Amino acid sequence: MAAAVAEASTPAPAGAKSTYTMRVWRGDSSGGQFQEYVVPVEEGMVVLDVIHRIQATQANDLAVRWNCKAGKCGSCSAEINGKPRLMCMTRMNLFQAGETITVAPMRTFPLIRDLVTDVSFNFEKAKMVPAFKPKAKEADGTHRMFQEDVDRVQEFHKCIECFLCQNVCHVIRNHEENKAAFAGPRLFVRLASLEMHPLDTNDRRELLKAKAGLGYCNITKCCTEVCPEHIHITDNAIIPLKERVVSEYYDPVLWAVRKLTGK
Amino acid sequence: MMAAEDRYETQEYDVLIVGAGGAGLRAAIEASAAGCRTALVCKSLLGKAHTVMAEGGIAAAMGNVWPEDNWKVHFRDTMRGGKMLNNWRMAQIHAQEAPDRVLELEEWGALFDRTPDGRILQRDFGGHRYARLAHVGDRTGLEMIRTLQQHAVHKGIDVFMECNIQRLLVDAGRINGALGYWRESGKFILFKAKAVVLATGGVGKCWKITSNSWEYTADGITLALDAGAELIDMEMVQFHPTGMVWPPSVRGILVTEGVRGDGGTLRNAAGSRFMFNYVTDYFRAETAETEAEADAWYEDKRNRRTPDLLPRDEVARAINSEVKAGRGSPHGGVFLDIATRRPADYIKKRLPSMYHQFMELADVDITSTPMEVGPTLHYIMGGVRVNADTTATTVPGLFAAGEVAAGLHGANRLGGNSLSDLLVFGRRAGQHAAEYAKASKAPGAVNPAQIEQYTHDMLAPFESSDGANPYSLHTDLQDCMQNLVGIIRTEAELVRALDELKQLKERLKSVHVEGHRQYNPGWHLALDLHHMITASEACTRGAIERKESRGGHTRDDYPEADPKLGKVNIVVRPKDGELTLTQEPLPEMPAELQELFEEAH
Repeated sequence: MAAAVAEASTPAPAGAKSTYTMRVWRGDSSGGQFQEYVVPVEEGMVVLDVIHRIQATQANDLAVRWNCKAGKCGSCSAEINGKPRLMCMTRMNLFQAGETITVAPMRTFPLIRDLVTDVSFNFEKAKMVPAFKPKAKEADGTHRMFQEDVDRVQEFHKCIECFLCQNVCHVIRNHEENKAAFAGPRLFVRLASLEMHPLDTNDRRELLKAKAGLGYCNITKCCTEVCPEHIHITDNAIIPLKERVVSEYYDPVLWAVRKLTGK
Repeated sequence: MMAAEDRYETQEYDVLIVGAGGAGLRAAIEASAAGCRTALVCKSLLGKAHTVMAEGGIAAAMGNVWPEDNWKVHFRDTMRGGKMLNNWRMAQIHAQEAPDRVLELEEWGALFDRTPDGRILQRDFGGHRYARLAHVGDRTGLEMIRTLQQHAVHKGIDVFMECNIQRLLVDAGRINGALGYWRESGKFILFKAKAVVLATGGVGKCWKITSNSWEYTADGITLALDAGAELIDMEMVQFHPTGMVWPPSVRGILVTEGVRGDGGTLRNAAGSRFMFNYVTDYFRAETAETEAEADAWYEDKRNRRTPDLLPRDEVARAINSEVKAGRGSPHGGVFLDIATRRPADYIKKRLPSMYHQFMELADVDITSTPMEVGPTLHYIMGGVRVNADTTATTVPGLFAAGEVAAGLHGANRLGGNSLSDLLVFGRRAGQHAAEYAKASKAPGAVNPAQIEQYTHDMLAPFESSDGANPYSLHTDLQDCMQNLVGIIRTEAELVRALDELKQLKERLKSVHVEGHRQYNPGWHLALDLHHMITASEACTRGAIERKESRGGHTRDDYPEADPKLGKVNIVVRPKDGELTLTQEPLPEMPAELQELFEEAH
C-alpha cells in the first residue's frame, strides 16, 4: 500500500510519542457531555492535530471548525482547559504527558454541534458599522500616508476575527440580555481602525455611545489577554475610543458651546 | 434513516458566486454594482477563505519604488516565469489592470506599508525584475480579504456562509443554477441563477504535503467538468519551494517568499548558497553570478537578481536535488537564513507572521536561527479554460476566476501574481456574469427527477454499511499523489497513479459515514472526495500526455523542454463519464508583444 510507504518515509523519532486523554465536548443545542478519547501524540503536535486524529480514527463525525491550521484565519477557537485559545496554535507540549486535556466550544455563542458554535452575532454586529469613507485623492491620483501614521491602524488590521475576545468578554459572556446593545471588543477594534484611519471622514461617535455600547466596557482587559494576535485591544482601541466619546459628549466646554450655538 | 426526498429550499438570483476568497468577493462587488441580485456562497465563514493565508503581496507595476517598472515589464516577467505557456492576453490584461485594482483597495480602506514619500511600498519577489509587490508586512492576504469583505457588507449582497455547492445545474446547454447543502444542518439548498461564477480556488488537499487549507478540495474544477466545461494545463501544479518541514504536524505550512525578497538566502548543510549552481540557461543572462552581485541587487537593480529569487519551479527543483544528494538539513529540507543577513528588528517588522509562526510552532527564533524549509504543494496553474477578456468558460452562463481558472500563469506562477489575478479577473468575472445575466431570461424550471437523483447520491454514504472510512480514502489519495505525481515525475509512476485513482474511485462508491447530517465533517469529506479524485485524474492524465519538462511539470524521463509542446495546451474534456485529452495550439501573441521578448535584457 502507498500508505505504508509514506509512513516509513517520515518516521516519528523514537520516544517522542506519548499518550494523552482528551475530554472533548460532544453534543448540540439540546444538550451533551464530555467524552474521553485516549490519543497517541507525537512531537510538535497542536491540539487541532489531536482533534483531527480523534476525528479520523475514533469519531468520524466530530464537528470542528478550522481552515488554515497556521493561526491566520481564526476559525478554530475553543476553550482548552477553560482557557480561550486557537486549537491550531496550542502546542501539546504545553501540557504534562498523561494529563487530561479538556476541549470545549466557546461558551458565549450558541452551540451548533460539538466544538462548533453559531458566531453569527459577530457578523450581524459588523453590518452596523458605517462604511469607510475616504477623503479626496491628491492631485496625482494617489493617497499620501506615512508609515508612522498607519502603524497604529495596522495593529488593528491584524485581527483574524477568531472572536475569542468576544467570547471572553463578561458583558456578554454572562449576560445574554446585553448582546442587543453591545458590539464587543472585536467591533471596538474595527471602529477604532476606522476612527484612526488617516483617510476616513465618517464620524462614528454617536454609534459608539448609543448602539455599540462602549460604556458597558469597564476595561478589565480580558479581551487583550486572549488575543492571539497580541493586539492591545483595551489600551490602544477601547480607551482611546472612550476618550473620544467623552470629549464629544461630556466635555463641559464643548457642551456649553453646543448649548449656546444650538449645534 | 436519511430520506432522499428530504425537502430543499430554493433561492433565485441573477448571479450566483461560488467561493468568497479574493476573486469571489471582488466578483460579487462588481455584479452587485451592475445592478444584479447577487448571492455569494462560501464553504467557511466569511473572511476565512484561502486568500487570508496569502503572505507576500500583490504584484502590480505601479513603479513606486522603481519608476522604470511598467506593465510591459510585468507582462514579460509573467510570461517568462510561466515558460511562455501562458495565455498572452490574460497576462496582458493582468499586468495592465493590476495597479488600478490595488489603488481601488486603498480607496476601500486597505492600509499598505508605505514608501518614505507616503506612497504604497513595493517589495522584491521571485521572477519579478523590479520590487513590485504591494504588501502589509507578511499578512497581505488578510488585509485584502478583510477590505473586500467590509466593502461588500454594504453592497446588498446575500452571503450564504458554510454552504457547500456540489452540483451545477445545466438546462439545454446553459447554466441554470446549482445545488448544495448547508454544513450546519446538512439540508439541501437549490439556487436558480442566470449566471454562475466559480471562484473556488485550488486542489492542494489532493496532496499530503501542502500549504493549502481543508477547503482546497478541487470543487470548482470538478463542478465545471461535470457541467461539460473544458480544462487546460491540469498537469501544471506549483510546489512552493519553502514550506515548513519540522515538526511533522506543521509540515507544508507556507514560509513566504518575502523572506528571500527581504534578503534571506538558501543554504545547504555545508552552509553553501547552492542556488548559484542551479541557474539554467533560460535565466542565466538576468541572474547574478557571484554572492557579492546578488547581495548588491537588493539596493541597486543595475546588478542582476539573486538566484535565491528564481521562479518557484526552479527553486523547488534545486532544493529537491540538494536533499536527494544528501546535502539537506536534519529534517529533510534545506536552510533558509535571514538571521545572519538582516537585523532582528527589521525581520520582526517585515516578517511578523513568520517570526510568530516559527516561534510558536517550531520553537525556532528566526532572528537568530535559520529556518528549515522544503517544497510544499501550493497552487495549480491549470484549471477551467476561460475566455481571456470575459472569464467565460465553454459552458454558456458559467464563468471562472482566480485559482480555479487557467491560462494566466502558464506553466508556473510568479509569487504575488495570484492576489492580483483575483482582483483583476474577479472584477471581470462579476462584470461579464452580470452582463450575461441581464441579457438572459429567468432561469428555466429545474428537473425534479434530476434533483432527486443528486440528493440521493449525496446521501448514499449514510446508507452504505461496510464501505471505506472517508478519512482513510483521503489519506490513500494524498499518498498516491504525493508519491507518484510529485515534483519529479516518470511515466511508470504516473501510470501507477492512474491505476490507484481508479481503485479509489471504486472504493468511493461504497464510502461510509457515521452519524447524522448536522455539521458532519466525515460526510463533507466523503462528498469532497469525488472532486479531489476527479481533479487528480485530470492532473495525472495531463502529466502523462505532456512528455517534456516545463515549469511546474518535471518529467525525469523527458528532462528537456520540447519546443513543440511549448506551443500547446493539454485540453481535458468530459466524454461519457471519461476524460479525453487533446493538444491544442496556444493563442498566438501579436507581433508588438513578441518584440518584448526579443530585446536584450
